[in-house]
Amino acid sequence: MSDEQIKNLEEQFEARIARDEKIEPKDWMPEKYRQTHIRQMSQHAHSEIVGMLPEGNWITRAPSLRRKVALLAKVQDEAGHGLYLYSATETLGISRDEMYEQLHTGKAKYSSIFNYPTITWADMGAIGWLVDGAAIINQVPLCNTSYGPYARAMIRVCKEESFHQRQGFEIMLKLCNGTPEQKEMAQDALNRWWWPSLMMLGPTDAESIHTEQSMKWKLKRKSNDDLRQQFIDQTVPQADILGLTIPDQDLKWNEERGSYDFGEIDWDEFWQVVKGHGPMNRERMKARVGAWERGEWVRDAAMAYVEKKQERKEKQAV
Amino acid sequence: MSIDRDEIEISLKARCEAIRKVSIEVNMKNENLYNYILGIADNSLILGQRMGELCGHGPTLETDIACTNISLDLFGQVRSYFQYASKIAGDGRTEDDIAMLRKEREYINVLLVEQPNTDFAYTMARQFLFDVYHLAFLVELQKSADLTLSAIASKSIKEVSYHERFSSDWVKRLGDGTEESNTKMQEAIDALWTYTDELFHQTEADKAMVAEGIGVDVTKLKDSYYRHVSELLEEATLQVPESKYFQKGGKEGIHTEHLGYMLAELQYMQRTYPNMEW
Repeated sequence: MSDEQIKNLEEQFEARIARDEKIEPKDWMPEKYRQTHIRQMSQHAHSEIVGMLPEGNWITRAPSLRRKVALLAKVQDEAGHGLYLYSATETLGISRDEMYEQLHTGKAKYSSIFNYPTITWADMGAIGWLVDGAAIINQVPLCNTSYGPYARAMIRVCKEESFHQRQGFEIMLKLCNGTPEQKEMAQDALNRWWWPSLMMLGPTDAESIHTEQSMKWKLKRKSNDDLRQQFIDQTVPQADILGLTIPDQDLKWNEERGSYDFGEIDWDEFWQVVKGHGPMNRERMKARVGAWERGEWVRDAAMAYVEKKQERKEKQAV
Repeated sequence: MSIDRDEIEISLKARCEAIRKVSIEVNMKNENLYNYILGIADNSLILGQRMGELCGHGPTLETDIACTNISLDLFGQVRSYFQYASKIAGDGRTEDDIAMLRKEREYINVLLVEQPNTDFAYTMARQFLFDVYHLAFLVELQKSADLTLSAIASKSIKEVSYHERFSSDWVKRLGDGTEESNTKMQEAIDALWTYTDELFHQTEADKAMVAEGIGVDVTKLKDSYYRHVSELLEEATLQVPESKYFQKGGKEGIHTEHLGYMLAELQYMQRTYPNMEW
């Protein structure tokens, strides 16, 4: 294809996106669009799968049968999200095994928030309330993103995430209406998860390398800083309902802006965790790689079984 | 008309005695029913807990989802059983008290379900050996004179048929897969076989409930169980173990060393923070 032909295709492509048309797997797309989507969608899928681990950590110790069932269902939902996000990414011409390979070697990233440990039951509440809350803010705009399979997957993901967020808030509410010891547990969880949740919305706009292009492709509708402000404005009143204190001395309502002002985020901590040196990075990867390696003989057996069955069928046919 | 006080007293005493006898019988029946329910539910509770340990660590995402789902189904069943048991106990004990605040010797699950997730072959072999029993058991429990138990059975059958299909498929895949998977699955079946006979033992409560038309006579399920399991193992190119030495004790509360550790996790929150709501 000549340069001019490509340029022509690119123009048509951008025009389609501008008209809010969906791009489908068989449509022509610029290589950069394909790669950017593989990067973001696989990162999203990996986050769902790695995200199962901190919450899975409390399944065997959930305090009541009702909570145990709800937690199991939630973690199962996350596995489901991972599954259809991997499938949606496969439509861009990469296999799930290749994506796993990228995760296991550290080439692909996942949400940094999952590199923090879940050390008390209240962390199940804080994750649902804050982490899923921040995730929704990130993800709702993606229901209208330009790549069809991603947009459709996100519609389902968002529905379930908003249920998880309510569930998390309800765990917190129960703790806050419980004994002083329970309320203290809730406050401690908020103290530990608040800042990482703010970081979860990504580096400040000045440092974000992918923003401009992603905006154009509707892979992003608002900047990281705008999303962060939205999250804070939405969450502070919820903390008030719980009777909990946000661990930020600089947090105060700004009448003029109609928003909360907030304190400095520790970006050194953010980059440390992103670069693989957070409290649980090693453990999370060890768990994922370990599950994959321990499962190899199982996957081999499943393949061999299918082949044998096929052979037998063919022999019978002859 | 003269009133014979003695006669009235005698008649009153007789009535009281009769009421006392009836209430003892009711209590006995309730106690047997309560223990009977625990015998069923504890199996699901402990197996559900074992499957819950695997969440996020499966060999593929699909098996991960399936194992979590099995755990979820089992805990759903446990809740129905224990809510009913709590009603029968009638002394304020909740489903969580029953699930999480008994001593190790008071859990009466079979030994099979508490065996650890040694590897995926053990996990699937344990599931398969239990599911075949569980499904046959629920089919019979549907006919129970106790309408609540019969309703729980009807609902659970749909779930357990899926479990049985899933675990049977994996026994076949691993048995008839590669040489390595065949060796591992054979090892798992050989190791777990010793716990199968206990599935067909009866406690006193079991016998009393069978007599009432409420319980399932598990002794009658035994032959078809071994027939079905053997056929499937043969299809999976696995050897049916010939050992005639079996372990028992779970139904009497005498467990393997594994259970105590499971309970330590299961009960952690309830024990550390007593009398709180979550």
